[in-house]
Amino acid sequence: MKAHGTVHKYGDNVDTDVIIPARYLNSSDPAELAKNCMEDIDPDFVNRVKQGDIMVANKNFGCGSSREHAPIAIKASGISCVIAETFARIFYRNAINIGLPIIECPEAAKAIEAGDEVEIDFDSGMIYDKTKGTEYKGQAFPPFMQEIIKAEGLINYINNK
Amino acid sequence: MGMTMTQKILAAHAGLPSVEAGQLIEADLDLVLGNDVTTPVAIHEMDKFKADKVFDKDKIAMVLDHFTPNKDIKSAEHCKCVREYACAHNITNFFDVGEMGIEHALLPEKGLIVAGETCIGADSHTCTYGALGAFSTGVGSTDMAAGMATGKAWFKVPSAIKFVLTGKPGKWVSGKDVILHIIGLIGVDGALYKSMEFVGDGIANLSMDDRFSMANMAIEAGAKNGIFPVDDQTIAYMKEHSVKDYTVYEADEDAVYDETYTIDLGTLEPTVAFPHLPENTKPISEVPEIKIDQVVIGSCTNGRIEDLRVAAKILEGKKCAKGLRVIVIPATQAIYLQAMEEGLLKTFIEAGAVVSTPTCGPCLGGHMGILAAGEKAVATTNRNFVGRMGHVESEIYLASPAVAAASAITGMISDPRKM
Repeated sequence: MKAHGTVHKYGDNVDTDVIIPARYLNSSDPAELAKNCMEDIDPDFVNRVKQGDIMVANKNFGCGSSREHAPIAIKASGISCVIAETFARIFYRNAINIGLPIIECPEAAKAIEAGDEVEIDFDSGMIYDKTKGTEYKGQAFPPFMQEIIKAEGLINYINNK
Repeated sequence: MGMTMTQKILAAHAGLPSVEAGQLIEADLDLVLGNDVTTPVAIHEMDKFKADKVFDKDKIAMVLDHFTPNKDIKSAEHCKCVREYACAHNITNFFDVGEMGIEHALLPEKGLIVAGETCIGADSHTCTYGALGAFSTGVGSTDMAAGMATGKAWFKVPSAIKFVLTGKPGKWVSGKDVILHIIGLIGVDGALYKSMEFVGDGIANLSMDDRFSMANMAIEAGAKNGIFPVDDQTIAYMKEHSVKDYTVYEADEDAVYDETYTIDLGTLEPTVAFPHLPENTKPISEVPEIKIDQVVIGSCTNGRIEDLRVAAKILEGKKCAKGLRVIVIPATQAIYLQAMEEGLLKTFIEAGAVVSTPTCGPCLGGHMGILAAGEKAVATTNRNFVGRMGHVESEIYLASPAVAAASAITGMISDPRKM
C-alpha cells in the first residue's frame, strides 16, 4: 500500500481542539466534520486539501481531548497519512482504531516542508520526499497493531478473531 | 524486576504474574465510560459487531454532561441516541439531566470506581480516578465500543515518572497549583505514554479533591495515567461513597522509574498557566497586570465542594468587579445541593456571579460562557489551547479556585494571599 500527495505542515503540540473545535462536536458525521477540519489553526486547509494529501507535524500531534472526531475529520478531509515526530497517545490509538495511517519519524517530520510532494510505502515504512530527493525510514508498528490496520480498524479485528 | 503501582494493577487485570514497560497486554475492565460527545460515535461502532450486546450492563457508565442541558438540536439528537441505547440495553449507570454531573466528579461520588480497578473512558480526563489508586485512562470512541462489547482493552504497559511530594502547601495553594507547577516543569509531552506516580509524605497534606484535580490533569503532560497511593483519606472516601470492594496495590521497592522529581509543596505559590498551553506556567508573584473579562469556576478539574468553599470564602461579602462575568458551575447535583445548604451559592449570587447547573459547557467552548475575540478569562478548567473557550483570538489563564475568586473581585489576575 502506498500514499502519494502534497504536504500540509504544522508545528508542535497540534491539539485536537484546533483539529476539530468543540463547537462542531454536535455532529459525528465524517463529511460534516471534514468541512471544519483544522479551522482554528489553518482556516484555508479545507480549501487547499486534495484527496491523498499528507499531513506532517512536529512533536505531540493530537494532544488534548480524546475526541475521535479529530482523526475522523482528518481522514474524511482526504488526508492519506499523518507523519509526526511523536503523537499524543490517545490520538495514536484512535488513528489506528479507525484506520487512519500514521507514522512516527522525527527526521522526516523535521525536514519535510509544506508543499513538498511525498510518497509513503507503508509495507517498508519508507518515506520519500520527491521535491527534495530525500528519503527516511519511519518506525514500524508492532505486529499486533499491524493486524488492526490490516483489518481496517479495531472492531473488524475483534470480529475476525 | 520490580513493578510500579500502575504495572501491578495492569498485571493483575491481564492475569499475568508480572508485566514490564513496553509489553502489549489485554486487560479486563471494571468500568467503561462515555459522554454525550463520544458515546454516539461508539454506539455507531457497536453496529459493526456481530452481536448487539454489552459485556456487562453494570460496568458501563454513560453521562450526558458536555452539551447538556441540550444546547441545540444536533446535541439533542446525540443525547437522544445515547438515551435510547442506554434504555434498550438496560445500562445501569446512565445519567441524564437531573441526575448527571460532570462525569469525572460524578463517577467517584457515586462510588462506581475504587482503588485497584481498571477503567477506560472516552474522555481524556478519565485519568482523574488515579486519585483513588485505580488505573484509569482516556481513550477514543472505538476503544469505548470495543470495551463495551468485550470488557477488555489493549494497552502498552507504561513506564513511569515518580513525583516525590514533601512538605505542606501554604495558604491558598491547592492541588491545582501543584499539578500546574509539575506540567510547567516537564512540559505538555513530558510524560507522553507514561504513568505519573505521586508518592511521598506530602500527599497526606493533600485532600481527596486536591488529588482528583492533580490526577485529572496528568493528560495535560501527555501521561497515560496519574496515580496516587491509597491512604486513610482514600479509604475514608471510598467507604463514604462506595459499596465496592477495593484492592490496594503498592509499587515495589525496586520498581524502575524513568525519572524522579522531588517537590517541596511548601515552596509552591499559586500558579497560573498562560495561553495557549498548560505548560506556560508562572508563579502568581511573576504575573503582570492582566485585565480579564470572565472567570469560570468549575469543570472536572475544579468543580468539587472544596473548590466552591475556597471560592466562596474569598468572595464572601465582596462584589465581583464591574464589567466582569463570573460563572460558577458545581460539578454534580450533590455538590450543587451541598453548596446550597452551606450557603455558598448565596455568597456567589450576592457577589454578582451566576451559578449554573452542572455542565462541561464553557471548558470546551461548548456553551454557557463562550469568549469573543480579544477577551481574556481566568478559568479553573484544564486546557487553554487556541480557541478552546471560544474565539481563536481569546485567551484562557488556567488557575486554582482561589486565584479565580481573587481575580473575580479585582478584575485582574490576582494573588489570593493579598486579598
